[in-house]
Amino acid sequence: MLKLTINGTAKQLDVDETMPLLWVLRDELHYTGTKYGCGIGQCGACTVHINGKPQRSCLMPIGSVKNAEITTIEGLDDDVGKAVKSAWKTLDVPQCGYCQSGQMMSAAGLLKDNPAPNNSEIDQAMSGNICRCATYEKIREAIQTASKKIDIKEVETKEG
Amino acid sequence: MDNFTEKHSPKAKLGKQRIQRRTLIKAAGTGLVLGCYLPLKHEKVEANDSNSNSFAPNAFIRISPDSSITVLSKHIEFGQGTFTGLATLVAEELDADWAQMHAVHAPADNDRYKNLFFGIQGTGGSTAIANSYLQMREAGATARDLLVSAAAEKWKVPKSEISVLKGKISHNTSNNHASFGELADLASTLPLPTTQPKLKTPDQFKLIGQSLPKIDTNVKSTGKARFTLDIYLENMLTVVVAHPPRFGDKLVKFDESRARKVKGVVDIKAIPQGVAVYAKNTHAAILGRAALNTTWDSDSEKATSTEQLTKEYLDAVKKPGLPATTKGDVTASMAASEKTLEADYIFPFLAHVPMEPLDAVIAFQNGKVEAWMGSQFPTGDQAAIANVLGVDIQNVKINSQLAGGSFGRRAQPGAEFAAEAAQVVKAIKAKHPIKLLWTREDDIKGGRYRPFTVHKLRGGIDKNGHITAWQQSIATQSIVAGTDFAGMIQKGIDPTSVEGASDLPYAIPNLSVDLHTMPTKIPGLWWRSVGHTHTAFTVETFIDRLLELAGVDPIEGRLKLLNKEHHAREMNVLKRVSQMAEQAGPVPSSRARGVALHKSFNSYVAQIAEVYETGGLPRVHRVWCAVDCGLAINPNVIKAQMEGAIGYGLSAILNEQITVAEDGSVTQSNFHDYKPLRITDMPKIKVDIIPSAESPTGVGEPGTPPIGPAVVNAWRRLTGQVVNQMPLMKNIEQTGFI
Repeated sequence: MLKLTINGTAKQLDVDETMPLLWVLRDELHYTGTKYGCGIGQCGACTVHINGKPQRSCLMPIGSVKNAEITTIEGLDDDVGKAVKSAWKTLDVPQCGYCQSGQMMSAAGLLKDNPAPNNSEIDQAMSGNICRCATYEKIREAIQTASKKIDIKEVETKEG
Repeated sequence: MDNFTEKHSPKAKLGKQRIQRRTLIKAAGTGLVLGCYLPLKHEKVEANDSNSNSFAPNAFIRISPDSSITVLSKHIEFGQGTFTGLATLVAEELDADWAQMHAVHAPADNDRYKNLFFGIQGTGGSTAIANSYLQMREAGATARDLLVSAAAEKWKVPKSEISVLKGKISHNTSNNHASFGELADLASTLPLPTTQPKLKTPDQFKLIGQSLPKIDTNVKSTGKARFTLDIYLENMLTVVVAHPPRFGDKLVKFDESRARKVKGVVDIKAIPQGVAVYAKNTHAAILGRAALNTTWDSDSEKATSTEQLTKEYLDAVKKPGLPATTKGDVTASMAASEKTLEADYIFPFLAHVPMEPLDAVIAFQNGKVEAWMGSQFPTGDQAAIANVLGVDIQNVKINSQLAGGSFGRRAQPGAEFAAEAAQVVKAIKAKHPIKLLWTREDDIKGGRYRPFTVHKLRGGIDKNGHITAWQQSIATQSIVAGTDFAGMIQKGIDPTSVEGASDLPYAIPNLSVDLHTMPTKIPGLWWRSVGHTHTAFTVETFIDRLLELAGVDPIEGRLKLLNKEHHAREMNVLKRVSQMAEQAGPVPSSRARGVALHKSFNSYVAQIAEVYETGGLPRVHRVWCAVDCGLAINPNVIKAQMEGAIGYGLSAILNEQITVAEDGSVTQSNFHDYKPLRITDMPKIKVDIIPSAESPTGVGEPGTPPIGPAVVNAWRRLTGQVVNQMPLMKNIEQTGFI
């Protein structure tokens, strides 16, 4: 049996250890927000957080993330995650929407490391996520919007 | 289908609704038939069907007791904003509050849900809003009329004294107020209005023209939006198919012994499309396929390769083909020209690569089929499934799903993907529901590309500096030949091969556009903006070069060639985009701007791209875009579509190509060698919508055609380098620009 934590819930799984995390999440556990796009780590649709860092789940054998803490889009609900989801809504970012879970996971990963990224840092951090609808302009704006919300919160905390 | 329960996701909202045809009305003046339905109240209500108590004033609207309004979208939503647009049209005439509105996909049904431009149900050609504009408003107005009649009856007051505002029905003098839901029951017992209730005039619009938030943004910003790939049925197997390595190859034999040993592989079957591997999960299916040993018969004929096609097509355009447009005497005027210009253009095959590759879930039991898929032609897919499984089409229920992009990929005239899904379920005698997934490799290698195309252009300028001769020969394959759409071919001309060139807007007195339809084994398909993908490029780069040769400003020169009476809308977008760029300030010396103008799908778009050079290659810094799409239903959606279409077109022009190797196999396989645009190459974009009272036209595709020529014109003006072969980056790298 293989143990790991997904969105704060401990899971025990009896699966082939070579199965990529992506297919464990989707086919075994039905966390369907995480998407398949290429299977070779090129498009970012499958991005999840592994121990807090954005990673491509399509290339990650489940055996290599034993005991890890996994966060999927369904569990992205900390302050940064909420700010990202809220900015995506406010800016009306999605078109087809398929890649957006991966985009939001990468965006949240960026903002955790760098709460106030400039546009070039945004581009750098988001360059692994393909959007065929080309919602990139709105993604940039949404990350800036989320960043401002996070900043305000930090200021409030400091002042409070 | 009652015997298949979903493991995870809720049933489609309207999945089990029992409805009964009540009546049909013919709406005055439009010739439009509204199918009108009512729930059969005394029929057993399914416990999980939230719509079974709904008021169903017609085929497009359901009003539930809690006043939520669901619009049944006859068009698929795959990012272009159809759900939002159609719901806006309904809500406008209903005087509903935007927060009440929801949208789901309508069932497959050509009678009720046909595209009024196509005659069958279908999404394509940027027609969703254009063909639904009156129909959805009439549906909303009819529903409103019934609700008002119900209020009048209940409150015993004249209809004319009742008002509706933001989802609230009121009779102010008697101080009566009701929500839609409160009156729905009574409304559902009333006869339909005998004449079509009057529609609003544009000055009365409250929602049309507003940048309303998109109706599906919430589920798409939380990971909750459900796509076909997200459906998991009890007992379902996931299937991938080993397809022929070259188009037209036939399966000779296969050895499944190693594949059978893969943990999770359940079955392996030969089907007409290849070898299907059935597994308990996707990972096992993919591993199982990789472990197959398949032998294919290579065509005895010489394989088709890009190299060979290039030679054949370049050879073809040396001679005139079938005439598409002829005006004046091109030969004589060309001979008499002071200056002439000639260019051969080469366009590669392009894959659509929507982020969600092709997929379908299909279940077959007791003679009834249920399929879940994202489809642009749901009734075509329904017929193909019925045909393979030997059932009547009324026994095939298509549950259209949100699709992760399409760009034309899910509009298959031959419905071959639906047919493959049906073959897959048939081959295991329908013992399991199946989910068929085309992996990214299947998607990129599997064909249905924007056709490989060659153009030859020749132009002549007379001694007064006027462009007097234009000759254009196009060699491409027909997208519609041999399909149900073959009727579009007139006098040998497939209009999708020459659109955007045969209707050249510029007043050039001697004009000839002709077509060589090239047969090829590589399957083609419409790809966002179809023929305009190559015709806008050739027309707009060639006119730009001719104007430069004539010593004329690219914008002034174009305007002079446009007729004020017939091409006022072209002129408007061109002038507007020119102002937008001017307002941004002068062009820095290290950059250049290029312009392009193109009409497609009855919308007019002009773009200016500002380009600079880095490391010998172009980078697009920013783009201005002016669009005239008639009355703007939702500026938010229109701007998003322009941005997206520019990104999509830029992606293709910069780096995308499918090449066919000498052995007939496709060279590219995934995103490492078929390279879509990433955020790092996305320019800043400013979009302006021309105010208009004309009927609304398409926005999904028309933003794509101008970006390529705008960028290439800018690059030529910056560096002097003419690039006529796409993709741009590869061809600039190979030749160098200095």
